[in-house]
Amino acid sequence: MDPSTPSTSSSSPAVVQRAPSRARPASRWPDRIFFGLVTAVGLSVIGLAAAIVAILVYGARYSFRVFGLSFLWGTVWSPTSNPQVFGVMPFVVGTLLTSAIALVIAFPLALGSAIFLTTHAPRWLRGPAGTAIELLAAVPSVIYGLWGIYVIHPYMASTIEPGLKRYLGFTGLFDGTPIGLDVLTASIILAVMIVPTICAISRDTLAAVPQAQKEAALSLGATDWETTRVAMIPYARSGIVGGTMLGLGRAMGETMAVTMVIGNTDRIPTSLLSQGQTIASLIANELLSNSGPLQESAILEAGLILLVIALAVNVAARLLVWRVLKGGGGGIVE
Amino acid sequence: MRPFDRYARRKLLSRIIAVLTGLCVLAVLYPLVSIVYESFVQGGAVLFQAQFLTTVQPLPCSAISCKTVGIGPAVQGTLIVVGLASGISVPVGVLAAIFASEYRARGLGRAISFTADVLTGVPSIIMGAFIYGYFVIYYPQIALSFYTGALALSAIMIPIVVRTTEEALRVVPNSIREAALALGISKWKATLRIVLVASIPGVATGVLLAVMRAAGEAAPLLFTLGYSTLWFQGMNQQGASLPLLIYTFALSEAANQQKVAWGATLFLLILILAVNVVSRLAIHRMRVRMGGV
Repeated sequence: MDPSTPSTSSSSPAVVQRAPSRARPASRWPDRIFFGLVTAVGLSVIGLAAAIVAILVYGARYSFRVFGLSFLWGTVWSPTSNPQVFGVMPFVVGTLLTSAIALVIAFPLALGSAIFLTTHAPRWLRGPAGTAIELLAAVPSVIYGLWGIYVIHPYMASTIEPGLKRYLGFTGLFDGTPIGLDVLTASIILAVMIVPTICAISRDTLAAVPQAQKEAALSLGATDWETTRVAMIPYARSGIVGGTMLGLGRAMGETMAVTMVIGNTDRIPTSLLSQGQTIASLIANELLSNSGPLQESAILEAGLILLVIALAVNVAARLLVWRVLKGGGGGIVE
Repeated sequence: MRPFDRYARRKLLSRIIAVLTGLCVLAVLYPLVSIVYESFVQGGAVLFQAQFLTTVQPLPCSAISCKTVGIGPAVQGTLIVVGLASGISVPVGVLAAIFASEYRARGLGRAISFTADVLTGVPSIIMGAFIYGYFVIYYPQIALSFYTGALALSAIMIPIVVRTTEEALRVVPNSIREAALALGISKWKATLRIVLVASIPGVATGVLLAVMRAAGEAAPLLFTLGYSTLWFQGMNQQGASLPLLIYTFALSEAANQQKVAWGATLFLLILILAVNVVSRLAIHRMRVRMGGV
């Protein structure tokens, strides 16, 4: 496109006379058109991201005008009262609570599995077991929901929750009736769903630890576990943290499985055995069956809040993971 | 204490950790085993009936009839909506990945692959919500239709296709690009006819994984594709889909509909797990082959 470079196209007779080569270079126009095409399509990916934000902001404007910032800490979600009142706090609490519990359950299991797969497992087992764990991530959310309702829910209601109530009831965490469709069950299903994310990335970053670093620890007489502890985990730490945050992001946005087992009540959960609602399950339950433009707008604003939280967690996580896998991180430096 | 005892203790600790972490793997894999097992037990007899895939879903059991067949419309709807979504997302995703990978020197390429990376973390329900939020304002008559369903699913698929295609393109050795360009082939031809062709196994597996992901998505379809129990009625109408059939029938009170939900689950599960295993093997073999070039 630069006019100062000599044109190689046949449009300029002077150039043709000066370079009467038989193998004339191909015209550059197809290249330019192709470059223009892939650039436009590439930009459309950024456009998609911008459109998601813009449309949610636009959809949320009515709710924002009516409630302003009080939407954020409003604890009442009442489409039936007059006037209607919408506050997103019950769902923010529901989302953060279920994700946090899921993380507490999933993290040790996932990290333990990653350590086993990188250090202790016999070589022939590593590939198949790793693949099997990754397959857990491919199972659709709605199937986890079905499994949650018919397999986990009866077990929670008959065994786990009465047990927790009997032995840990004094903490007040397990007040309420143990019916099995509640915050705790949703958290457990979420934990199952995010384990593969955390495990796969932890395993990849642990496997990215330089061989020399492991051998240095082994040559000092360290056992397998000590090598893992002093030479591998510190090196892979930011990758493990990043993978965990990716899992957290997934837990916060997970919809169908949660919707099917959390009980769907528009109130702040008072214990782990009370029913609740996450932002995602709120959207799933009420966006289509909304009572009017104000509720629709309020739900889209809740969606915007979920998007902001999920994006923040995701961007931070990606940056951490990239740093390790690109070889930038290191335990020694710290 | 003698040093030997201390060493023995450290060895023992290492052994204990090995066992504990092994138990972690078993605990993590239990749900997968349980889901597959329960699907076979609850849905096996249902799925392998004649006409399960070709008849309409049943009403709740009544005195007159009590059927456990029928996910035909849902299979048909899922095929159509996922097919349309693939038609949108595969070209877009592949071209965007070509830009991000082959024109990477420009910072924009990196920005695009980072955006795609971040988009894979956007909750799928948000992808449905923003499509709904747009269409319900500007084109309310097709807010619930195959069009919006396909758009929501392509918003989910595009980032996946971009990421996997980009990775597949990057595995192609630079010497192939250089050889092509040295022969005087123009860049676009070299990219499409040589680099992209060399990476087709990787691109294809990425596309397959994205398709399988879309086929199992229920959340964004709730308010885009909508719900139907009928055979295809037209692109601008609501449609049936496997994930929403599972969702609706799982919450149904009727035992026969719950059975159908399990049958549909088993069908979807076999499809998804098979495609995942096969494409993982393919990716692995391609890496080995490219590494040997």
